[in-house]
This record gives sequence, structure tokens and C-alpha cells, in this order.
Amino acid sequence: MKLAYWMYAGPAHIGTLRVASSFKNVHAIMHAPLGDDYFNVMRSMLERERNFTPVTASIVDRNVLARGSQEKVVDNITRKDQEERPDLIVLTPTCTSSILQEDLQNFVERAQLEAKSDVLLADVNHYRVNELQAADRTLHQIVQYYIEKARKKGELPQAKTEKPSVNIIGISTLGFHNQHDCTELKRLMADLGIEVNAVIPEGASVHELKNLPRAWFNLVPYRELGVLAAQYLEKEFGIPYVDITPMGVVETARCIRKIQQVINAQGADVDYEEFINEQTLYVSQAAWFSRSIDCQNLTGKKAVVFGDSTHAAAMTKILAREMGIHVVWAGTYCKYDADWFRSQVSEYCDEVLITEDHGMIGDAIARVEPSAIFGTQMERHVGKRLDIPCGVIAAPIHIQNFPIGYKPFMGYEGTNQIADLVYNSFTLGMEDHLLEIFGGHDTKEVITKGISADSDLSWNKEAQAELNKIPGFVRGKVKRNTEKFARDRNINVITVEVMYAAKESVGA
Amino acid sequence: MTAAQANPEALTFECETGNYHTFCPISCVAWLYQKIEDSFFLVIGTKTCGYFLQNAMGVMIFAEPRYAMAELEEGDISAQLNDYEELKRLCLQIKRDRNPSVIVWIGTCTTEIIKMDLEGLAPKLEGEIGIPIVVARANGLDYAFTQGEDTVLAAMATRCPDKAPVVESEKNERNAIQKLLHFGKKKEEVAEEESEYVDHPPLVLFGSLPDPVVTQLTLELKKQGIKVSGWLPSKRFTELPVIEEGYYVVGVNPFLSRTATTLMRRRKCKLIGAPFPIGPDGTRAWIEKICSVFGITPKGLDEREAQIWESLEDYLKLIRGKSVFFMGDNLLEVSLARFLVRCGMIVQEVGIPYMDKRYQAAELALLEKTCLEMGVPLPKIVEKPDNYNQVQRIYELKTDLVITGMAHANPLEARGINTKWSVEFTFAQIHGFTNARDILELVTRPLRRNNSLKDLGWDKLVKEQAQV
Repeated sequence: MKLAYWMYAGPAHIGTLRVASSFKNVHAIMHAPLGDDYFNVMRSMLERERNFTPVTASIVDRNVLARGSQEKVVDNITRKDQEERPDLIVLTPTCTSSILQEDLQNFVERAQLEAKSDVLLADVNHYRVNELQAADRTLHQIVQYYIEKARKKGELPQAKTEKPSVNIIGISTLGFHNQHDCTELKRLMADLGIEVNAVIPEGASVHELKNLPRAWFNLVPYRELGVLAAQYLEKEFGIPYVDITPMGVVETARCIRKIQQVINAQGADVDYEEFINEQTLYVSQAAWFSRSIDCQNLTGKKAVVFGDSTHAAAMTKILAREMGIHVVWAGTYCKYDADWFRSQVSEYCDEVLITEDHGMIGDAIARVEPSAIFGTQMERHVGKRLDIPCGVIAAPIHIQNFPIGYKPFMGYEGTNQIADLVYNSFTLGMEDHLLEIFGGHDTKEVITKGISADSDLSWNKEAQAELNKIPGFVRGKVKRNTEKFARDRNINVITVEVMYAAKESVGA
Repeated sequence: MTAAQANPEALTFECETGNYHTFCPISCVAWLYQKIEDSFFLVIGTKTCGYFLQNAMGVMIFAEPRYAMAELEEGDISAQLNDYEELKRLCLQIKRDRNPSVIVWIGTCTTEIIKMDLEGLAPKLEGEIGIPIVVARANGLDYAFTQGEDTVLAAMATRCPDKAPVVESEKNERNAIQKLLHFGKKKEEVAEEESEYVDHPPLVLFGSLPDPVVTQLTLELKKQGIKVSGWLPSKRFTELPVIEEGYYVVGVNPFLSRTATTLMRRRKCKLIGAPFPIGPDGTRAWIEKICSVFGITPKGLDEREAQIWESLEDYLKLIRGKSVFFMGDNLLEVSLARFLVRCGMIVQEVGIPYMDKRYQAAELALLEKTCLEMGVPLPKIVEKPDNYNQVQRIYELKTDLVITGMAHANPLEARGINTKWSVEFTFAQIHGFTNARDILELVTRPLRRNNSLKDLGWDKLVKEQAQV
């Protein structure tokens, strides 16, 4: 047993459901007690999904406990088959069904006899894998199922597409900015003259899966989801895959160069160097940003990074390599993939943290006192408590991390978005400096109602003049701080001396 | 299915498949840990339970909540680890970090299936670590959403002291409500105040409500000369009310049937079966019933109720004649339906997870009476509803307002159907005369919002309307 308040990665069935409900016309049936269909709420709320989430539960109740599910699961599958006519029904085990040890595979086989749709049992063990691993496995399982089905029927297409083409693997529902990344990647492929053969699982039909082998290569943008499917396709069909996350200027270039190499090896004759140069210098603002005066002010500032492997690794590299920020430690909760993470970030940060314990992360932030945090929603709240700004870069996330505006993290537009996120997370250099001199943020104790802080206190001429020298955007704060200081000491007239005594007292 | 109109004579009860969406009953920790200030809730379950709590509680999770998961691992499931030792380790850690007055263990589906004997382990461990351990089996195998509170309160009911302490007056004063009412008064004044009450047997109320609502309802009864001797739960575990044999008890929420049963059978209390104080009509009926049991003639209720209704008129105008459909997920449905009928709405269906016809008898009777008086068809009550079927019925009935969970709200809105998220009724203050406005604020919100958008012309926002 483990005492826990918070977890970074969800339980296994969430991963399976994310993959299943990303596909078009695939229905998942959870073998679960009442209330475990919370996934539907999350999808409906976070993604603001207009359609009903194609997930239902075959409820495990007392009767099931006593007598087994018997006909119930089979009935629920065949019923859903008739109501919704899905292409595929994925029976999804939960922690509860894991310990009941019913023969779900048998139910699937029986239901398959009656149902028009295909029926699969998601092959995940609740106690061994988490959400991310389960998603990866389920995607692999579904791809394999339809490849083999097509092969049996002799429907596998033999030839590659005429022009270079790609499968983008790993875009899914409830993934961090996945929709925007997907759009950006498609745009990037179009710019590179590469056809998108398929995007899976998001928005794909299972009927398209047999066409996967037509692509020249697979692109797996996220470390957590899609690698297993890509490896399978490589083994079966010799399709190479590119798993360099195109996040940040340097990594995007590396990803494109790898693509160039992979398709040239198959007979294409492309040279993307000119494109990379053009994009880096003029389309993405990030390269210019890192040369600008603003970014100079960020030099050597301390930051910490925590998240899933993909985003934490990419952010660490961007901060350290592209912006000259000092990453004190970088960490991930993807413990199962710790070696990969270490290999990615070791040279860009002082220390690597691998843990699922949010308490430990909180302590590590408090110990380091960074100027900014890049983490999940949990780190954002730690930041709030410690008064350190935080940019959210990875799941677990809340509704505000599903923006409706276009906010990719990948590709060249992604580099712009990340530059904004980083810059806005650090307190702006100039403001920061002035606030430090004149007494810091005073958000904790509002002493007057208006922002302008009109009051009964009088400022003498010199003090007023001194106040007017302070730049407008911090003047109100300085004024309030000074007046608070004066009130606390029953001073009626504020002089320059009082003003600086106030400043000192804040400094002390 | 053109429901509802079938039989106007009596309420009809149906039972569907139980394929519906609701919150897991462990969600009760979210409001109970806030209510019982010196408690700590330990949910003994899996990652699934933790994930639900973490996401459903949203912001609360960051406020150092007094609840945690005892997350079961593979070794616990296969009994390679000793349950007792594991729980002892965690409970000692809780004691060290938080020092609560009570630890509530919430049993889950997993502890049921692996038959972890929580009720057996608790007394033993309690003796060893010196903190009371209350066991509530609030699991999704047996219960829905608010019923979680019922299981906790039923367990708490057995912990209430059964003898008033010797120095009774002092004890009374320590009672949180009494203290509030007597705030700043001298002892003699308090004694004088006692005489404002009619002489009646002790009355204990059960059901967890926010403190302002507790005060409001207590004062409402005080106006009739009825004294509330205690409230289950109270603000602190150490202040649980005395419950002696023969005390009267009355529930404030419709989902507390186990608690009621426990109070009657195990504590030998007399249950006052009344409608619930939700809406001015319900509040009045609730007070009247309590008065009638104590042989008191209620004073001034007519005016009080009329006054409230009058103040609601601006909201009532919006909903009169409109139809409403409860998909059912929190057991407040019958009371809310009854109130909305009185407001002039037509209730098409009352979905409800579980229907205790005995505990809710007075409420059901009031619903029937209200429908007859308002001249509207009696709604069909659907226990263990089937959400898929319900959605088909909603399409057919062209319902004006669907009260439903978040899983269905956005998809229905996208199809041009007004919805209100049902969970808000559980967290908002809806009891008593004072809060009737809050219920209507919730009910009318989607109508008001969509009124202000109605001329824009984009009320259906899904491409394929085709329903199979």
C-alpha cells in the first residue's frame, strides 16, 4: 500500500479508452463498477466534445460478484453493436475486472459470433502498466489486428505511395495540445512535399489501417504513444520510423534532417537544408528571440522542468540550448522510460529526477528556488504556493490547457508558442528589477479599494516627484507599499525619507 | 414511448438496466472532510479511485486535503503483504502528520472483491494507535454518488454517544450550533432562552449540510419552538450528538436511507418521515411534519412560504410550462421534481439511481399531491435508468431542460437541448426557505443563457443529426 494524494499518470484503462475513443466509430465497453466511466466526463469537459463519448460500461455489481458476468458482457457488446454499428468494439478491463479474473477473452469470442463489428479485448494489466503504457499497447494491438485481418483476406496493399508519404502515429484525445500539434505537423509535411498517408489514432477509421504499409516512413512525435506500433510496422514491413520530437528549433531541424535521410534512402531526392534555414531565420521567431535583448535578461536564470518524457526532455533542451537558461534539474514521471530520459537531458541540466511522487518534486522545487517552473498542473500549484511562476508543459492538465486558439508545441509555430510561454513565465526582466527595488508584489494585502490608491495620506512635493519618476506600471504598487508602511507607523505626511524607509523595510 | 401521460392516477415506477453515468460514492469524502473538520478520510482502493478523486475534486486536491488514497498494489491484491501491517503503517503516518480525531476508512470495490475485512481490522488497529477508525463501504458495486455519504453517516451513527454527559448544560453549550445561537450571551439569558422552546422529546437531525444552512434550518425550527439537540454529522467528530433510545430523528436529504435505518434499528430512535426541506414547499412540509409529531401548531408558515414564492416570480416566469427531464444520478431527483412541478414545470421523467419507497414515502406522496394540484401528469420514476434509452426518449419528447451529468451535458447542448449539470445541486446550498432562489438560479441558468444567444441561429452544432 502506498499513501497518495495525486498521481501523474492515470490508470491503465484510461490509456486504452483514449486510444479507442480517438478512432472514428470505435466503441469501448468497460468492464467496471458504477462510477468508473469518469472518462466520459473528462472527455466531455476537457475536450469540450460535442459528441457522446463512445464509451459505455458493462456494470459490475453485487450480482456479477456473486455469479460472474455471465451473459451481461456479451449482451452489452451485442447491444452496442446494434445500437451504434461501430466498426470495432474494444472490451476494456479495469482494476476491478483484473482481480475478478473472469475469462473476458471468452466473452469477446462469443460476442464476436453475433456482432457485426469486430471485437477485441484490450490486453493491458491494470497493476503492471499505467495510462501511457496502456495507450501505447492498445494502439499497437489495434494496428496489428487490422494488419493481420487484411493480410488474411489478401487485402494488404503491396505498393508504396508514388510520392514520399508518412503516417503520423500517436495523436490522441486528451493528449496535451495534440490537436494543434497534429495540424502543425501536417502543415510541416505539406511544406516538405510529403503526403500524409494516415494519422492514427485521432480521427482515423480502422478500415484505413490496412493502408499503413503504403507510407514511406512513420513519424512518432511523442515518446509515450506510438512507438510500439511503429516498431511493429518496421518489423513487419521494414517501414523506418522517425522518433525525434520536432519541438524547439534545433530538434525540429534534427527531425527534418532525419526525415530527409530516411526518404532519400528510399529513392527520393530531397534537400531540406534551405527550408530549415528559411524557417529558422524568418518563420520561427524563436531563433531571433534567443538573440534579442529580452532573452539576454533570461541568461543564467534558474528553472526546473518536470513532465512526461517527451515534453520535459524537449523543454529542457530548449531552455538550456536555445535560451541560455540554467536548468537546475529536469525530471519525468515516466519511470518505466527513465534511461531514455536520462540519455536525452543529462548534458542539459545539473540533475535528473525520476519519480512519481509529487511531494518529492514539491520539495525539490522549494530547495532550488528557481525563477520559473515548467511542469504539470501539480507543479503550477506548487509554484502558486511558493510564489514562483509556472508554465504548464505536460499532462496532467486542466481545462485551461485545452485552449481553443491555435497553440501547437511542435514545428515552427510551436517554437513561437514556446518562446511566448517561457518569456511570460519569467517575471519580465525590467519589471522584476524595479519591483525588487521598490518592495515587491503587494497582492497579499490590499489596503485600498481602488487601484490608484487615493487616500487621506499626503505626499510632500519631493516625495510626489520621486514617485513620479517610478515607471507607471509599478508606481501604484510602490505607492501602496509606502502608504501601508506609513499607516502602520502613524505617519501622516510621506516624505522621500519615508518612501525609502518603506522600501528598506520591505527589503528587510 | 410517449411516457408520463400513461396513468394520471398514481406514480409509476420502472426499473431499467442500470447503465447510467454517476459519480463513484467515494466522492463523498470531498464534502465530508470539509464538514467534519477534525477527520481524515483514507480511501483504500486503486489508481482508478485516486484518478477519479483527483479529477473530480479539481482544485480542492491542491489545498492539502485531509484525505488520501491507500493505493493497493499487486502485493496487496495477492495477499503477499499483510493488510493489517500495511494499514497500520499508513495510519500511523497520518496520525503523525495530521493528528486527526477520527480516521474514516472508505472501502472500495477492490476491498470488497478481495474481501479485506476492514470492519474486523478497524477495532484492533483503533486500540493500537488510539484514534477512532470508522469504516464505510462506499463502493461502486453497491452505491451511487451521494449514497456514499449515507454509508459514512450510518457508520458514524453507531459512534454517537448514547448517554448525555453528567454536566448537561455545559455539554449543550459546547454544541456548535447552540454556541452560535447563544453567541455573546450570559448563562442566565441562555436559560431564559430555553423557555422559548416547547417541551418536546429530543430531536436530532441527520445529513451533512454546509454550516450556514445548518444555522438557517435550526433557526427555522426554533421559530416553531422546536429545539435541535444535535446534528449528525457535527462540525467535529468529537462533537457527535448524543443519541439515546427514544430520541426523534429526521433526515434533511433524500439519500440517507441507511442512516435512517441504522438510527431506528440500532439506536432505537423514532424516525419522522417527512418530505425534504428542498424548495419552500418542501421546507414547509418538513417543518409541518415535525410540528405535527410533537403536537405543535405551526405558526406563520403560510406567510413565510408565500413571501418566498413571491420573491421567486422573476425566475418562475422563465420556467412555467416548460418540460424537464431528470436523467438521474444523485437521488435528489424526486424532491427537485416535486419543487419544479410546484414552480409550474412539467416533469417528463424522474430518473433515479435507487428508490427507497419507505424512506422517501412522504416525499413521493407530496410529489403526487403537487402534480394533482398543479394539474400536470404524474411523472414516470425510472430506477437504475439506462442513459442510452433516456437520450432516445429526450429526442422524442423534445424536452426543454435536461438535468444530467457532465458526460451528457455538452453533447446534448450541441444538439440544441438545454442542460443543467446535476452535480451542482449536490454542492450548492439548496435547503430551506432561504435557498429556494439558489435552486432556481441553477435551473434557469441554461434557459437564461440560451435566451440571450437565441437570435444568433447556431443552436445545433453537430454535423450529422442522424440518429440510428
